[in-house]
Amino acid sequence: MHETQPVHYMERTRLYYEAQGFERAYQWAHFEDVPFTPLEKSLSDSRVAVITTGSRYDRLLTDPRFVDSGEIDELPSHLFAKDLAWDKQATHLNDLGSYLPAQVLKEFANLGTIGSVAPRFHCLPTEYSQRRTRETDAPEILRRCREDQADVALLVPL
Amino acid sequence: MILGSAIDIIKHCGVPRFYFVDFPLGNPCGKPYDLEMQRGIVGAALQLLETVSEPRTVVKDPNNWGTHEWRERYMEIKPEDRARMSRQGEERRRERQRLREIGHTRQD
Repeated sequence: MHETQPVHYMERTRLYYEAQGFERAYQWAHFEDVPFTPLEKSLSDSRVAVITTGSRYDRLLTDPRFVDSGEIDELPSHLFAKDLAWDKQATHLNDLGSYLPAQVLKEFANLGTIGSVAPRFHCLPTEYSQRRTRETDAPEILRRCREDQADVALLVPL
Repeated sequence: MILGSAIDIIKHCGVPRFYFVDFPLGNPCGKPYDLEMQRGIVGAALQLLETVSEPRTVVKDPNNWGTHEWRERYMEIKPEDRARMSRQGEERRRERQRLREIGHTRQD
């Protein structure tokens, strides 16, 4: 009989790196104040931008990562993410739609469920440094979303 | 808003809206090649934008992966793995040090 509760990823990660001899446990981002912006238009009038932690280019765990964007109308067949901690035993990333909902969002736009899909999807680099994410990468993603006149940002981390 | 599977990390961080899909990490939009499921999950996630009125709201998707053994196997550490993992850690630290020395890191 297997446990059916959600996996405690923070605890698993801590134990895993402890077993690898890393002395300092990873400090996960934590915010006391969480911002909230109500949707200003109806969903059917809103432009949705999609953000992934996958990459358009293959990379090693040790390669520097940077913000990158791809055209929503020129989707790759899959994204690269062998450097990320998704569950490589249980599943695979061969179907782009299972982690980047671009095609489904286009369908929703055609049906009028959403206004439109932003012309670019964005690849957010997962960084050990919270400062880099907070001060460099997240503001750059926000800038690109605004440049594309997106009303909604849908972040789909792997 | 966020559509994802690591609920403990998301709750610890604190985010405006989270649609939780209790699947193995990697397929938060639905099982591979199951377009109907993917439409359902992404559509339900988007609904949160119109229905949620306060931050830290979490809504759980009703879909089930079908099996549960992945929950225990993820990052599982067996006693016989410990020596190998310790070596891997040492290799990783050496490699990181080498990359720092040659400047193969982000400079910002």
